[in-house]
Amino acid sequence: MRATIIRHGRVIDPADQRDEIGDLYIADGKIVGSKPEIRNQKSEIDEIDARNLIIAPGLIDIHVHLREPGFGHKETIASGARAAAAGGFTTIVCMPNTSPAGDNPATIAWIRDRARETACLNVLPTGAISKNIAGEELAPIGSLGQAGVVAITDDGHCVQNHELMRRAVEYARMIGLPVLDHCQDYNLVGNGVVNEGYWSTLLGLPGWPAAGEEAIVMRNILLAELCDHQIHCQHISAAGSVRLIREARARGVKISGEVCPHHIALTDEAIQNFDTNYKMNPPLRSKSDVDAILEGIVDGTLSILCSDHAPHAGFEKEVEFDQAPFGIVGLETELGLFIDLLVHKHRKIDIVRLIEMYTVEPAKLLKLDAGTLSVGAPADVTLIDPDLEWTVKIDQFESASRNSPFDSWQLKGRAVRTIVGGKTVWKL
Amino acid sequence: MSTNWNRKDLLGLRELSADEINFILETADAFKQVGTREIKKVPALRGKTLVNFFVEPSTRTRTSFELAAHRLSADVINISATTSSLTKGETLKDTARNLQALHADILVLRHGSAGAPQFLAQRLKSSVINAGDGAHEHPTQGLLDMYTIRDKRGRIDNLHVVIVGDILFSRVARSNIFGLTKLGARVTLVGPSTLVPREFEKLGVTVSHKLDDVLPTADVVNLLRIQHERQRKEYFPGIGEYTTLFGLTKERAKLLKPDCLVMHPGPINRGVEIDSEVADGLQSVILDQVTNGLAVRMAVLYLCGGIAS
Repeated sequence: MRATIIRHGRVIDPADQRDEIGDLYIADGKIVGSKPEIRNQKSEIDEIDARNLIIAPGLIDIHVHLREPGFGHKETIASGARAAAAGGFTTIVCMPNTSPAGDNPATIAWIRDRARETACLNVLPTGAISKNIAGEELAPIGSLGQAGVVAITDDGHCVQNHELMRRAVEYARMIGLPVLDHCQDYNLVGNGVVNEGYWSTLLGLPGWPAAGEEAIVMRNILLAELCDHQIHCQHISAAGSVRLIREARARGVKISGEVCPHHIALTDEAIQNFDTNYKMNPPLRSKSDVDAILEGIVDGTLSILCSDHAPHAGFEKEVEFDQAPFGIVGLETELGLFIDLLVHKHRKIDIVRLIEMYTVEPAKLLKLDAGTLSVGAPADVTLIDPDLEWTVKIDQFESASRNSPFDSWQLKGRAVRTIVGGKTVWKL
Repeated sequence: MSTNWNRKDLLGLRELSADEINFILETADAFKQVGTREIKKVPALRGKTLVNFFVEPSTRTRTSFELAAHRLSADVINISATTSSLTKGETLKDTARNLQALHADILVLRHGSAGAPQFLAQRLKSSVINAGDGAHEHPTQGLLDMYTIRDKRGRIDNLHVVIVGDILFSRVARSNIFGLTKLGARVTLVGPSTLVPREFEKLGVTVSHKLDDVLPTADVVNLLRIQHERQRKEYFPGIGEYTTLFGLTKERAKLLKPDCLVMHPGPINRGVEIDSEVADGLQSVILDQVTNGLAVRMAVLYLCGGIAS
């Protein structure tokens, strides 16, 4: 029997409302209740000193692009998993906009096999809502469910036909899969590349109005209500979206929303030098949008934190601004940014709630056997030093890509060890 | 080289100070004199190579830069999108690096993407001159408009300049707004609400949708071409309605003060944004703008080319 004792840490397990200084025991890849169960030969017991560290359930990122199959030059499942481990994650949920797309059981099986062979942590695929993510015909959602997807989404794209979306939600309810949606009205957004506002006006860059997100958030609220099924709005960027979700949740509608760190760390002012590392979809917005998102985090309207990790090769990003692909890498900076901004700088939430938003909340949304340190749970554990001051260095990323606007940022708080199934897969 | 100028690139008017703009205009005064001489050529850029790199089509601006370079004795190469390797999938960065490997000293860039000149200027040792980037800036057009106003009216400070037309998609409008406000002019933008959104007021200008209300106080009216060939249909109902509401017709021109200047960056759509009689009338300085453009571009090439070397 292989056993580990993590000693003298602050054990925070929001699922069990546990927050105390203590030890955590692991045996055979599972959390166990007490020391006696692993009283064995000393040589078989690893001890980890967690003094001044938080012992948290392994963190979950439900919004990651791993690029395999099809775009291995940006990221592979293996490199993306290493990046996630370095960011403190033990479970990541990958999006289906690969090539071929994750719109069929064979591709999902391939991703799961590949993850089993090459990834150092749990990789959970999502399936597409529509065939080839084209928004025209339903993907085989039932077969995708059988193949093991944890949700359906056309992320990166958005089903424009409300009728098709309605049927997808109804069908997904039968299969038992939540629906994740990238909220973007194509007519309102047009060829927009940056937030429509002062900076787009000044720079002459095509504007992406907040209403283009809010219109689809509203659509999703109506459909979640109509179909009585969960729709989760991805990467919320606009104040109006927060307001709409807040009102709907108060009425009991099964709607939820997630936040990416760049949407609270930066505003559209950052685009003024045409640096494509500030180009993402949805775009960076205004100070008032940032404030609204922060309030949405405080009152629970926005319940999940994630990265929208979107790796692109340097040569792909080093082009004219309007022609560059959207997206930035995020796995290795998100926890540090959120602890630094939400817990330390803005004091919006405490570290317990932050951990909850990375564990209990995503596990609940996707019905995962993860996100807790309860006895019998998989021994996925993240050790966090909430006060460690460190500097982001993109040239040291585990990710295969470097497209981050956060190089040289000084942050307070980060993961220092990541344990998956009882095994340390990364440590600082 | 004067200490008043230390930029190798001219990317836009937003980053220039009023002093820098005035210095370019004063330098252009000297070059305008050259154009009236028997021998119109000076040796200022002799031995230098200028590349006119026009990824978007242009006749007026390209020939103006070409002639300006010839008058400064530079060697000139013209490259357009269709004759460059961009059509073969080469990136802008690689094309530019190749041009630099040929020791091009000055790169004049026209490009459909806002920020493309900044992108190149950050990566190249050569001077980069923005000849129009997307809907962002067209600094030499802004400078020649200001030169013309200053030449005809003796000043820019406190003049009321009215810019009419498709402001949203206009790089000429933005360069004019940045430059004119720095030099103390009062700027009013006029056009349909879809093409002149209120957001522009944050740039320190006034937005109006009633041309008749602003014409009587105008010292300058600058009419922008309605780019109907690439206008999305939803921005305004049609050319006829545009002309009815925003065209500088003969009738409307009667509202103008006698000394008000009528300007247009060209090419003109006669009968759309401006009536023929007004375009060719006594108040029109449209052809002066073209002449002044040459002097302004000589000044810009001379100043930036001098820094790069």
